[in-house]
Amino acid sequence: MTPQPRTSALAAASAVLQRDLVLALRRPSQLLQPLAFFVVVTLLFPLGYTPELAKLRSIAPGVLWVGALLASVLALDSLFRDDAADGTLEQFVLAGQPLAALLFAKTAAHWLLTGLPLALMAPVTGIALGVPIEAMPGILCALCIGTVTLSLIGAIGAGLTLGVRRGGVLSSLLTLPLSVPVLVFGARATELAITGGSPSGALYLLAALMVLGLTLAPLAAAAAVRIGLE
Amino acid sequence: MDWTWFHKFGSPPHVYRLAGVLTPWFAWPAVAAILAGLYGGLVLAPPDYQQGDGFRIIYVHAPSAWLSVMIYATMAAAAFVGLVWRMKVAHAVAASCAGIGAWFTAVSLVTGMLWGKPMWGTYWVWDPRLTAQLILLLLFFGYMALRAGIDDLGRADRASAVLAVVGLVNVPIIRFSVDWWNSIHQAPSVMKLGRPTMPMDMLVPLLLMLLGFTLYFAAVLMVRLRAEVLRRERNASWLKEAVL
Amino acid sequence: MSEFLAMGGYAQFLWPAYALALLALVVNVVVARRALQAARAEVARRLAMQDGAGE
Repeated sequence: MTPQPRTSALAAASAVLQRDLVLALRRPSQLLQPLAFFVVVTLLFPLGYTPELAKLRSIAPGVLWVGALLASVLALDSLFRDDAADGTLEQFVLAGQPLAALLFAKTAAHWLLTGLPLALMAPVTGIALGVPIEAMPGILCALCIGTVTLSLIGAIGAGLTLGVRRGGVLSSLLTLPLSVPVLVFGARATELAITGGSPSGALYLLAALMVLGLTLAPLAAAAAVRIGLE
Repeated sequence: MDWTWFHKFGSPPHVYRLAGVLTPWFAWPAVAAILAGLYGGLVLAPPDYQQGDGFRIIYVHAPSAWLSVMIYATMAAAAFVGLVWRMKVAHAVAASCAGIGAWFTAVSLVTGMLWGKPMWGTYWVWDPRLTAQLILLLLFFGYMALRAGIDDLGRADRASAVLAVVGLVNVPIIRFSVDWWNSIHQAPSVMKLGRPTMPMDMLVPLLLMLLGFTLYFAAVLMVRLRAEVLRRERNASWLKEAVL
Repeated sequence: MSEFLAMGGYAQFLWPAYALALLALVVNVVVARRALQAARAEVARRLAMQDGAGE
């Protein structure tokens, strides 16, 4: 019989969340990297395409979302790697707590540290792409919801590639096709926000994806991590 | 209820023998159906009133597209069985599917492009079907890359199985999102396959080709499965009688 | 016959499509059979080595 865990799963998960936040905040430079990457990528477009704001505005949804997607994939490379290297993940597996809950906490911490700042940064880079101020709430909303799903999908990819040398490239190869729906709905919501339409339809679809991801992705990530640690 | 028939599928020697017995039963009907479908499609079927003889590309395009989706579903179902019931043979099935699936996804893409050139005036249009096939191809590549990236066979089996199942959940969502995306941006008209009024002399060859390609896949899968089972059974005593 | 080959002007699109499908059908059969032969040869080789070591 397995011993009854003394702490509840919720308490264990929130401990993991706190731990990850504290650890990350002690190394702020790592936090800034995906953010800086996102800014640089989006700002390359005016230089590579055209400085005309009207033209940039028409491609802004795609630029913002592809930038967010790439930055998120880049950041997810480090989601489990350090913890796998120093044995923390194995402790998670042995802890007698539901692994899915602990990994979900890790993913949540990751989203708070990368997804949310990305979403908050988007209005700033949006201005550089000629996005009107009125569109910002819609864009912010879409990116907040969408990056949650991206983090959840990325957690599966990071888990699957745990034991793989140079897993970062492989993990992005696995997760990018799976992220297509997020990209489609997110870019559409952004486009509607920019052109003055109502983005709520696309936002509902994004939210539906997020709910599906919240329910299923931690289970898949837990299965992946268990396999990866064998 | 007697479950022995099911448990027998967990036994490599049984599967090896059964696959060997089944191969010709799939292969020859497949050859017959494909040849009949080709004759019906290329010779008997009348030219389409809009697309002329160009529509005949669907006799290879549609079966390839159907096969690509069906193979992905088979692969994911086998992977699921392997994950849940820890059935080694199921993992062997999934491993055998990936390569064939990638091939036919690529064929459906290229034949779709070849159809598109005279119809749309360009090889590539962001048509929802073509786009979804392209993403499916990437899913197959991801699956194969993950398998190749992990050295330990048991781990490769289970990690790629998780990916296949996640992908299976995602495939309908991807299809929906791509359709939705296309309906907004209004790309040119899509390839009309499901036209309800397709006359019988066009439809029957198509059905024959679909049947033939499916049986063909079953036959090739049986051969690959046997190879995969042998590769996985390192030192089993039954190998002697199987090989000699 | 040449009329059949011309396919109402669509020959340059139609025949490559059919050729590629044929290629896929043939290649997959060849690859599968080769894999089976290789696996069989490998098993036979290992069995022979075992027998040699056992005697």
